[in-house]
Amino acid sequence: MPEGLRTRGGVGESIPRPDGPDKVSGRFSFGSDLTAPGMLFGKTLRSPHPHALIRSIDVEKATGMPGVKAVLTAADLPGERLYSLHKPPDQPVLAAAGDEVRYAGEPVAIVAAEHPEQARAALEAIAVEYEVLAPLLDPVDAIQRGSVLRELTIRSGDPDAVADVVVDGYYEVGQQDQAPLGPEAGLAIPTPHGGIDLWVATQALHVDLEQVEACLGMRPGAVRLHLGGVGGAFGAREDLSIQVHACLLALKARRPVKMWYGREESFTGHVHRHPAWMWYSTGADRDGRLVFVKATILLDGGAYASSSGAVVANAACFGAGPYRVPNAHVWSGAARTNTVPNGAMRGFGAVQSCFAYEGQMDLLAARLGLDPIELRLKNAIRPGDRLITGQALTGAAPMAKLIDLCQGLPEPPAPSDSLALPGGAGNVASAAEVVRGTGFAVGFKNIAYSEGSDDYATARVRLQRGPDGAAVVQVKTAASEVGQGLVTVCLQVARTELGVEAVEIERADTTVGDAGSSSASRQTWMTGGAVRDAARLVAAEVLKRAGPPAQALAGGHVLDEEGAALAPIELFLDEPIEREFEHHHRPTSGLDPAGQGDAHVSFMFVAHRATVDVDAEAGLARVAQVATAQDVGRAINPLQVHGQIEGGIAQGVGLATMEEIKLKDGLIRNASFTDYIIPTSLDMPEVAAVLVEEPEPEAPYGAKGVGEPPLISSPAAIVAAMRAATGRRLNRVPVSPEELAGLSECRPGWLVRPGQSPAEAVRPAPPL
Amino acid sequence: MTQVRLQVNGAVREAEAWPGESLLYFLRERLGLFGSKNACEQGECGSCSVFFDGELVCSCLVLAAAAEGAQIVTVEGLEDDPVAARVREAMVAAGGVQCGFCTPGFVVAMTGLLRGNRHPSDLETREALSGNLCRCTGYVRIFEAVRRAGDALE
Repeated sequence: MPEGLRTRGGVGESIPRPDGPDKVSGRFSFGSDLTAPGMLFGKTLRSPHPHALIRSIDVEKATGMPGVKAVLTAADLPGERLYSLHKPPDQPVLAAAGDEVRYAGEPVAIVAAEHPEQARAALEAIAVEYEVLAPLLDPVDAIQRGSVLRELTIRSGDPDAVADVVVDGYYEVGQQDQAPLGPEAGLAIPTPHGGIDLWVATQALHVDLEQVEACLGMRPGAVRLHLGGVGGAFGAREDLSIQVHACLLALKARRPVKMWYGREESFTGHVHRHPAWMWYSTGADRDGRLVFVKATILLDGGAYASSSGAVVANAACFGAGPYRVPNAHVWSGAARTNTVPNGAMRGFGAVQSCFAYEGQMDLLAARLGLDPIELRLKNAIRPGDRLITGQALTGAAPMAKLIDLCQGLPEPPAPSDSLALPGGAGNVASAAEVVRGTGFAVGFKNIAYSEGSDDYATARVRLQRGPDGAAVVQVKTAASEVGQGLVTVCLQVARTELGVEAVEIERADTTVGDAGSSSASRQTWMTGGAVRDAARLVAAEVLKRAGPPAQALAGGHVLDEEGAALAPIELFLDEPIEREFEHHHRPTSGLDPAGQGDAHVSFMFVAHRATVDVDAEAGLARVAQVATAQDVGRAINPLQVHGQIEGGIAQGVGLATMEEIKLKDGLIRNASFTDYIIPTSLDMPEVAAVLVEEPEPEAPYGAKGVGEPPLISSPAAIVAAMRAATGRRLNRVPVSPEELAGLSECRPGWLVRPGQSPAEAVRPAPPL
Repeated sequence: MTQVRLQVNGAVREAEAWPGESLLYFLRERLGLFGSKNACEQGECGSCSVFFDGELVCSCLVLAAAAEGAQIVTVEGLEDDPVAARVREAMVAAGGVQCGFCTPGFVVAMTGLLRGNRHPSDLETREALSGNLCRCTGYVRIFEAVRRAGDALE
């Protein structure tokens, strides 16, 4: 094909993101940057107690304060009083007098005022009388009292299988915050006809819409949602935050209301990664072939259901690792307690169990005298193998290849500067005390929605003449660009299918069909697939209008079957062409009582090798490098894929070494970026990444998702490296300086037989 | 309310402010300059970075009233700055931008770094940018953008 007829910037090219210029100049408008004439500021009064009965709420004083235009409590709610991602909903829009608050931070009242300080002052003037109740905080205790959000058992193979070698282990994962830099934010504007427009930073406009409509008691069509610029998400924006509250205040005050959470409020204003307590037993024969995995995976779901159910399923389904495991018995469950609800975070259940099963593989390798990588290769799952849920792997599953490629990546040089030692600028470590360790881990996870969800995404593609007469494509979806680069993917797909480089990605809103959530690493497949299929319908219409011998579109032209240009595309656009398509993935099934079923549509695999420098005496570690090989199917945009890998590894470094929400008596003690620390530029290791592109047969362009795998096994690899450097057990993330220095050790607070429900747990005997 | 008068991006600006209002709030809500972002509002993340009489500061930690008479340059004021222009181009081309919330703060901090040192070492770059948090990129491509912008300034 002549050079002039190539379409530049299509699928497979590392083009820069289209919203980049606006973002670097400060022009890009995020949810918290929105403004409207006559706008008020909304604020939320939250419970200071993890568990209490509300005796009364008195708003009279607040209502009359300067600048205050609306004060609302549960008594003012016009529609459904409960909302949730879960059905039936269980989370109050506002806690009511006579009812209970079930976590510290639960919303009790909302206020709108002319200035945020006036709104804050009004919150302080609201008198809430609480009868404080004992909080339920220990998840084992909760399970034993029947306070359970979901429990699930997977049984496969022979429950009595006997192994030559058995290793038992106990593991904990701390509660991680998604910490997107953009706060929860949105702007609600009442329409003249009694409806409302909400601009909001969210992961899923239609998922929000359904809940907002119900809670406002409004007819379909009266509420419209528009995507406000989203400053990162990572799961934190799957559940509602300001959505219903801002609308309620705007409808009451009949003025636009903007709400945003400060960082402290954000920590109670969104769900977090479930902390986990895990008891594992892994058996193998003398050659190192796995015989069984038995596991109990206990998650704290917090006060409300959110997405705990799906997280429980993921932790269980992937709980034996990407290995051939002939016999399995896994119990997974989430307790309902009086902590901030837990829900979606990047990795979604797969992160927690990976830390445990990979710890087990290293224990097993040591017991057998095998190299840990050799043990993983020996057991690596292959296409055609069955998961512990009985599902056969029908797509790409290059686990062994990933292990091989990852272990072959170059290792980092020794630190050349004292700044690169553990302790960094503090320079606490002496070079002579530093020991370098290397660790390896692998992981896997599902793509898109599972367990029988009808998962789909909608796209509308329009091809017409632009102002200069040349062909222009407009792509409209309701899918959330949250930073991951979906706008770039949609642009590249449209260029590839229509052969037109001028593509406009319109702002997402609910005037087009549902695209589902930007979660589960699903949007490249789902919305990318919908754009592809809608664009193909448009292309077919162009070819029909052009007539024979028109065969294809590229470089702005209609081509014949030899690839020769017949005519510019705009010649056939006297009438614009617009087509819409709903892309569904293959149906999945639920899990039966034995946890068996084809519950997932596809899987992503990954391998990580970490190199960590440790000063064990000072309890300091610095991750020098994370090397990774990742199964991506096909990289639509390699630059963006590497960006996802590096960013996910940064969050993995955080989980392994520093990030944890600290709870005391049900209260978050570190709700700020001063006390909840995330990796800075000084903490970030070198990343060596290789992409494995084995196209996934059912995925558009063969592309799998890429967002989550970088965070699944990177923490496990980093901790394995720390164990190699110190010889310590380090069975909890984040690894604390005390544990690294050998001054403390994480021990189970309960004894559980792996595979059994914690309902049967007993307290260990006190130490002698 | 007190009246605050200062220079922002070369122009004299004046507006009322509450006594406790931060410079960040003043820039955003009083002057409509939303390029400086509000991610932590306690000086940890650098998303609100501006130049205050030429010094890189977190505008959330400065009282609006304390900026009386000062010269403030925000990301919007760097539009014609030759160093910032190379930084912006390099950030887009290198893939240093994802969600973009931290990006304006990074552009301001990177401009400050490269004004003093066109070719910082890797560790100098990490040190200079350690007051700016990014949750999306893992910083790798931001470091690359510093290198590219430095090269482009030769």
